[in-house]
Amino acid sequence: MNLPVYMDNHSTTRVDPKVVEEMLPYFTSYFGNAASRNHSFGWDADKAVEAARERLARIINAESREIIFTSGATESNNLALKGVAEMYVEKGNHIITQVTEHRSVLDTAKRLEKSGMNVTYLPVDKDGLVNPDDVRKAITDRTVLISIMLVNNEIGVIQPVEEIGRIAKERGILFHCDATQGVGKIPVDVHSMGIDLLSYTAHKLYGPKGVGALYVRRKNPRVRLAPMMDGGGHERGMRSGTLNVPGIAGFGKACEIAMEVMAEESARLIYLREKLRNGIMDSLDEVSVNGHLTKRMPGNINLSFAYVEGESLLMGLREIALSSGSACTSATLEPSYVLQALGVSAELAHSSVRFGLGRFNTEEEVDYVIKRVAETVNRLREMSPLYEMAKAGVDMKQFKWKKD
Amino acid sequence: MPYSDEVIDHYNNPRNVGSFEKGAKDVGTGIVGAPECGDVMKLQLKIDNGVIVDAKFKTFGCGSAIASSSLATEWVKGKTVDEAMEIKNTEIVEKLQLPPVKIHCSVLAEDAIKAAIEDYKNRNGKE
Repeated sequence: MNLPVYMDNHSTTRVDPKVVEEMLPYFTSYFGNAASRNHSFGWDADKAVEAARERLARIINAESREIIFTSGATESNNLALKGVAEMYVEKGNHIITQVTEHRSVLDTAKRLEKSGMNVTYLPVDKDGLVNPDDVRKAITDRTVLISIMLVNNEIGVIQPVEEIGRIAKERGILFHCDATQGVGKIPVDVHSMGIDLLSYTAHKLYGPKGVGALYVRRKNPRVRLAPMMDGGGHERGMRSGTLNVPGIAGFGKACEIAMEVMAEESARLIYLREKLRNGIMDSLDEVSVNGHLTKRMPGNINLSFAYVEGESLLMGLREIALSSGSACTSATLEPSYVLQALGVSAELAHSSVRFGLGRFNTEEEVDYVIKRVAETVNRLREMSPLYEMAKAGVDMKQFKWKKD
Repeated sequence: MPYSDEVIDHYNNPRNVGSFEKGAKDVGTGIVGAPECGDVMKLQLKIDNGVIVDAKFKTFGCGSAIASSSLATEWVKGKTVDEAMEIKNTEIVEKLQLPPVKIHCSVLAEDAIKAAIEDYKNRNGKE
């Protein structure tokens, strides 16, 4: 086993060597601009882009003409929300989303609020799931868009997208789904899920960074978007800018591989995840799972280790790449807004660690991580005043804390 | 965020971790911070004749919080109570090379020293 161990696959993934191989010719041999119509360099590049577009469409059961390439899922989310808000301004000015969406949806929604949109942020239950009835009740005759993610990036839970899609269809409202963490990991079908716009990105599924896509439905209904980027009118006028041909070729290959291996890979990752979860929870007391246990993508488990602060835990696990919902690991001073939305206390949010298993993790690594997490949590609990107080039976809710 | 060597050293080899008997007359206990803020420090000082003869800490918090409290226990030992009251958080920041987002850890350590001394004084009736 090689150190460090990478177990942060929701942040990004290692590019699959087969993907790299697919990309390489487009840097030096077929380096043309896909928009060049009059020479073979352009034709070759265009051919690669269209082949990739086909693969991107297949993995979500769409048509290739419905795929718009972008720089990543953040751009796709921005384009979906802002593009719909601007294009459908005469139809209405209300968007429905929910509180545990990715920042690129929430912050976009906040910006739209400043320019006159009304946004409803639906709550989630203690498992992190949106209630489709809440979506139904939030709809008004001014609603133009519902935006609900497929898989949460922190806790891995899978939202009831199919039901929400059905509600959106019934009411004739566009449905955008940020499927960044889901595509390539769980089956996605824009038809059965009733999705009109879908964001995804290459680097979460063993492709390169800097290339994403937005699915934009062409039929029933035909979705129109105001572009955010003005220029040469690429991508059906919705996203100008010279295409990142090597990146796109890699994204296509990554989708093809993901479709081939998904069934086997998800079974393996569920096995490893359950081994990790059980291994850790058997060796330590007062560990809790954040988010629904089974409505969850294969490679994710998010745990809170009571009485131990997340960043200090990661510091003790320096040879293992993980992520924490502790405020100390984020740019803000607040612990994870996702965990707080589930009703997890701030204290346990500070104590959370996200384990993100992926294609290249091995069982040996899982065994190693179990051992090291248990050791480090025990060591930190020995120096935690909270653990000592808990063991002594002090009621920490009643205790008078001296806050700064 | 990369940690300074000093912080890593205190995190890996924390000095004076532990607890003294809480009710002891010669022990002052300061507990500062709050769990929901992600930092709680417990600092205990054993005081003999106005001199801090021993110190122990336990900290729930990030690596910088652990290092700040560990360093505080080292610094107070051998000092008089009045000298210990003079320890400034800025000295801890400098010694541990804490970045701006971690300055609150050093403030907490300074507060913990003061809280422990105050507790000692209160319980020994020397206000």
